[in-house]
Amino acid sequence: MFAAENGLKGDPRLQAISDAIRVVPHFPKPGIMFQDITTLLLDHKAFKDTVDIFVDRYRDMDISVVAGVEARGFMFGPSIALAIGAKFVPLRKPRKLPGEVIAEAYDLEYGSDCLEMHVGAVQPGERVIVIDDLVATGGTLSAAIRLLERVGAQVVECACVIGLREVKT
Amino acid sequence: MASQDEQQQQQDPRIPKISSAIRVIPNFPKPGIMFQDITTLLLDTKAFSDTIDLFVERYKGQNISVVAGIEARGFIIGPPIALAIGAKFVPMRKPNKLPGEVISEEYSLEYGKDKMEMHVGAVQAGERALIIDDLVATGGTLSAAIRLLERVGVHIVECACVIELSGLKGREWLGDTPLFVLVNSA
Repeated sequence: MFAAENGLKGDPRLQAISDAIRVVPHFPKPGIMFQDITTLLLDHKAFKDTVDIFVDRYRDMDISVVAGVEARGFMFGPSIALAIGAKFVPLRKPRKLPGEVIAEAYDLEYGSDCLEMHVGAVQPGERVIVIDDLVATGGTLSAAIRLLERVGAQVVECACVIGLREVKT
Repeated sequence: MASQDEQQQQQDPRIPKISSAIRVIPNFPKPGIMFQDITTLLLDTKAFSDTIDLFVERYKGQNISVVAGIEARGFIIGPPIALAIGAKFVPMRKPNKLPGEVISEEYSLEYGKDKMEMHVGAVQAGERALIIDDLVATGGTLSAAIRLLERVGVHIVECACVIELSGLKGREWLGDTPLFVLVNSA
């Protein structure tokens, strides 16, 4: 659900947030218009507003876990977690997490990749939001959901700064 | 002044719980390495919040306009600090991750080399910056970040990490740039 559909239509902060995102053509390969959030991170007010919008939405929803997808989910997730009093759980590429992990594979355009989470980071029954900078095909987010559901957590919502409308999720 | 700061930091009542929230994983990523795992700190909401507060208290009001965080664990700690002190957050990344025009700096690993990249235009000459990572070991990564930022005329006020592996003497590789840490490990 896009912010406009969630009752944020007309929120004056959204325009500046959108304007702060830079589009880089043909990255990582020809034909892809890459949505670069690093320019949003350079705009203190727009970055703060981004976090505030998520915090306002989740603060009273009894969320005890914010799971962030490596690596750009790490840039947004912890600030949200701190503000709503939740734990931050990094979901990482293979072999980065040092302890015992559970892993979930997902498809790429060519081939597949894997997302890992530390065993014991999340307890059954916990209410979780999953954060990433952008949702495209939804492959990464659905792997994150499967990982969390496997340990008995309830994924309340996935939250991203950008949703690519042209790509079916 | 530095050693007095360190002494005050040793006595800050929040430090022991931060230190005990960090998990040590033996023999990761290879035999003989005692890996300092901060993910358990991130699960302790009070200890994580205290960690950020300790950095924010130190750097607020010092005219710092840039917090540069080193991929990937610096991305977890840096942005909350940047937001609280009114600074931009600049990710320092592994090669080929940043989409725009970059400048890069090579640095040595135990075996071989790696490269760190930053977006052109992210920082301006004369800006005052912090560099954040979860841990300093040999200092190789931090010194590459220092070189990258200094090449574009930025003044690095301090490098800040949660943990220092003091035995590896990483401090000595940072030149004139001060290093501030919360927890010392052997």
